Amino acid sequence: MGTDIEVKVWRGNGEQGGFTTYAVPRRDSQTVLDVVTYIQRHLDPSLSYRFACRVGMCGSCAMTVNGVARWTCRTSVAKVAADGRLEIAPLANLPVIKDLATDMSEFFDKWARAKGQFKGKHTRHDDFARVEPASRERLAANAGIECIGCGICYASCDVVSWRADFLGPAALNRAWTLVNDVRDNQRLERLGAVAGDAGCHVCHTQGSCSERCPKQIAPTAGIAGLKRLVAKAAIKGEL
Amino acid sequence: MTSAITQAKLWYWQRVSALVMALCVTVHLGIIIYAVRGGLSAAEILGRTQGNWLLGGFYAVFLLACAVHVPIGLATIAAEWLGWRGRSADLAAILCGGLIAGMGLRAIYGLVA
Amino acid sequence: MKRPGNFSDFRSRTHPAYWAFLVHRFSGLALAAFLPVHFWVLGQAIHGEAALDGFIRFTDRALFKFGEWGLVVLLALHLMGGVRLLLIEFLPWSGLRKNWIALALGCGAAAGLAFALALLG
Repeated sequence: MGTDIEVKVWRGNGEQGGFTTYAVPRRDSQTVLDVVTYIQRHLDPSLSYRFACRVGMCGSCAMTVNGVARWTCRTSVAKVAADGRLEIAPLANLPVIKDLATDMSEFFDKWARAKGQFKGKHTRHDDFARVEPASRERLAANAGIECIGCGICYASCDVVSWRADFLGPAALNRAWTLVNDVRDNQRLERLGAVAGDAGCHVCHTQGSCSERCPKQIAPTAGIAGLKRLVAKAAIKGEL
Repeated sequence: MTSAITQAKLWYWQRVSALVMALCVTVHLGIIIYAVRGGLSAAEILGRTQGNWLLGGFYAVFLLACAVHVPIGLATIAAEWLGWRGRSADLAAILCGGLIAGMGLRAIYGLVA
Repeated sequence: MKRPGNFSDFRSRTHPAYWAFLVHRFSGLALAAFLPVHFWVLGQAIHGEAALDGFIRFTDRALFKFGEWGLVVLLALHLMGGVRLLLIEFLPWSGLRKNWIALALGCGAAAGLAFALALLG
């Protein structure tokens, strides 16, 4: 308490931008989101940023903090700015609308392109589907369904920046949970959707997605599973 | 063949060749370390390899796996870091595989025949 | 000005699985570049023992021996890193298998040591 933190914040539109430095008073239990909010309310009202729940449930506040993608509401300043310096920028791999707010359209478009929608074979006239909770498929699906689409994995992945078509960890993780959902009816179309240059086979197991996911999901696991299933389907001529 | 099926098969063949090479490289490392003792000489090498068709066969298998594995790896790096994709890149990869296979077979022939 | 978090920003790339990726890619590149040279030198055997021996004598100097040692280490690292990837891709998921990263480093060191001892002993 007492000393200020030196905070560099990315300001600008699209690729044209740079850092502006602010001095923010230090507080106990301060989060990076608290810092951004302080700047916007007291120092520079023109700063644009996103947040919603501020308690680590919605993923809206994801930004690049000292080069690492994080939820700013769950990142304590004491942990990341021990030397009194903070660098805040928008999420990587996404176009910037303004300052700290990115355009997440491509992130969600890729989710849709990976056939990330459930489509069942039963109707309301059928009996409930029976899903064995301890089955291998259900456990695999359960490990990935907590994703809230925050974009941190997408921002952390090199392959996303090297291949414009790559669907990315979140979309592929979603596809994996649905491939393992025994009620779903689109298995082959989904495997086709996650194949090719856009798909699972270009993942190089860098593991940044699994390391950074705040929900401890491991997209690397699902992508490895998809690699096997897609290859098998391709060789069998099913794709 | 669509791109999706091609990509899936390339991935598969790179892994299969990797599996073959995991065994071959382990053996090859052992051979290298054994052969290098007390220095290398052509006479020593040729003394071991000439007429040794079993060894030649082993290295031929190793070589074929290389000729599959290396071009796929290089093509991936070319696409991601040089932005080199499409027909010319595919052709370069195939030529690369041919070069490895050709030069390697020539070397095996020279040492064994 | 470049935005933080991209490829050149190492701050989010300091975890073991990422280093394993870098080692695997660069060792693969180095080995791929070495292969044609390796085959060309061995192919000299076609011109007879003297031709092959001439090249082997040429590589008797320290710089080449150091290069050979380096390639042996890179080969061992690429091998073990590759086995780790095969395990991740084909066996049931059990994390990023960082124990295998440690094992790869150990085997690289062992191969390097064995080669050096064989060379110098």
